[in-house]
Amino acid sequence: MEIFVQQFINALALGGTYALLALGLAMVFSVLGLINFAHGELMTITGYAMFFAIAAGIPFPIAVILGIAAATLAAILMERIAFRPVRDANTATMLLTSFAVSTILHMLFQNLISARPKAIPVPDWMIGAINLGGLSIGVIQVMSITATTLLLLALTVFLRRSILGIAMRAASLDFPVTRLMGINANAVIATAFGISGLLAGVAGVLWLAQRGSVDPLMGFLPVLKAFIAVVLGGLGSLPGAVLGGFVLAFIEVSLRAFLPDDWLPFRESITLTLVIILLLVRPEGLLGRKDAVR
Amino acid sequence: MSEQGNLLAIEGLAVRYGAIEAVRNASLEVREGEIVTLLGANGAGKSSILNAVMGLVPVAEGRVVFEGQDVAGQPPERIVRRGMTLCPEGRHVFSNLTIAENLKIGAASRRDKSEAAATQADMLALFPILDERRDQLAGTLSGGEQQMLAIARAMMSQPKIVLLDEPSLGLAPQIVDTIFELIVRLRDRGATILLVEQNVDLALEIADRGYVLATGDIVLSGPAADLRGSGDVERAYMGSH
Ligand SMILES: Nc1ncnc2c1ncn2[C@@H]1O[C@H](COP(=O)(O)OP(=O)(O)OP(=O)(O)O)[C@@H](O)[C@H]1O
Ligand SMILES: [Mg+2]
Repeated sequence: MEIFVQQFINALALGGTYALLALGLAMVFSVLGLINFAHGELMTITGYAMFFAIAAGIPFPIAVILGIAAATLAAILMERIAFRPVRDANTATMLLTSFAVSTILHMLFQNLISARPKAIPVPDWMIGAINLGGLSIGVIQVMSITATTLLLLALTVFLRRSILGIAMRAASLDFPVTRLMGINANAVIATAFGISGLLAGVAGVLWLAQRGSVDPLMGFLPVLKAFIAVVLGGLGSLPGAVLGGFVLAFIEVSLRAFLPDDWLPFRESITLTLVIILLLVRPEGLLGRKDAVR
Repeated sequence: MSEQGNLLAIEGLAVRYGAIEAVRNASLEVREGEIVTLLGANGAGKSSILNAVMGLVPVAEGRVVFEGQDVAGQPPERIVRRGMTLCPEGRHVFSNLTIAENLKIGAASRRDKSEAAATQADMLALFPILDERRDQLAGTLSGGEQQMLAIARAMMSQPKIVLLDEPSLGLAPQIVDTIFELIVRLRDRGATILLVEQNVDLALEIADRGYVLATGDIVLSGPAADLRGSGDVERAYMGSH
């Protein structure tokens, strides 16, 4: 029983990180029709911002805030500099642009910083665990789940209550008509990128807290997972992206916990096979619209 | 306002999609308080004119003079903020938003939110069916109800002029009558309307003046009373085929 609860919490914490990343990807996709391949680099930027901040003697909590701010700003700049000039071009051009942005950032990290991992010392109190009714839960896990819950709540309120939030949902369905409402297209897209950067920043902090180091390729794997989560949840659906993140994490954690040892090397392939089976049953994704192609 | 008292004047407008010339050299005027109708067969270029006026498709040539200023080439959001809006062909309500949210976003361009709330109350009084279903998703409404919502949503920006693109499209005759009565009521309350239609008889019945467009050219224009039943409109339509 205990091991189940323990693994359940692990899956929730990992799922939260995937969900934040997937939601950022989905948000940009829903207003621009772009899968931003440079999304992972936003996480990496958080890592380096924290690394330099800590190296400069800035206290850890402030370094966290700086790291998240750096990812948010980077996302907004990415849109302004790289994507806005090609926005009216076709989807393939935008996709290639995002590949280019990702590659350029990799090269910059490697050449200007280092190809080797840089350690990010996590404060001792974060590494510990707290005792909850006989159950010992990692502080990082608790922080993950709390941060994800708060962010998802805040985002839901934003999307339901504010004009800009409603506009973003409208734009995901029909961008030209959203503009006819007097909504500024640039504002909607910049906000989507800003939020995606913020979410990637928080996910980056949670990821870093587990790993304790940053390297140029740090963002690749988690964002690949987030992409799978987005497709699994239903491309274009924001709740779908969140659900996809949690489902993927639950599959991964269960396999890691309950698979026989000699099967463990095939964990990733089994995960992907399960995802593909789910998609064969529901091609539009868990929460995608059947008429999604419009 | 320009010296002729036109709220909107389209002058020598051309719209092209690549090699296709959808609108050649169209000119028309709308004065304050008028209902002006723009008629024409399928593919004549009516929607192209409205979309170009709103900045949704590029203006290849010509001017779009709104309140004395050329707004051609400006983005739709700027034009809406100036006081001109379009209720697009095919309704295009946001089916993933509730009716109340559709109305709320319709008022996005307005600064004074209490005035916007007043307009919303006004619209819900005018369209009681929308009031009953305000928290329902717009996608669950019938075609006629969606058209009412699309018109109400357009009115939420309190436009000086509203362009209506085929509000009768795909609706049962009875519903069409209701929609046209509503258009007249909106005019009576001070709105200026440019109405694109294929329902020639009904459009000419409520309009002050009309224009007929055939394959990208204005081929006929005049007071609605003169166009009504004269046979000219039918001939102009025929000439387009
Ligand atoms: N986005 C587009 N790309 C290419 N051609 C277009 C586009 N939009 C319209 N056209 C063409 O331009 C011409 C005019 O179309 P438009 O939609 O303006 O006509 P319409 O009078 O509104 O017709 P309907 O009554 O059927 O709505 C048509 O030949 C149409 O095929
Ligand atoms: Mg049309």
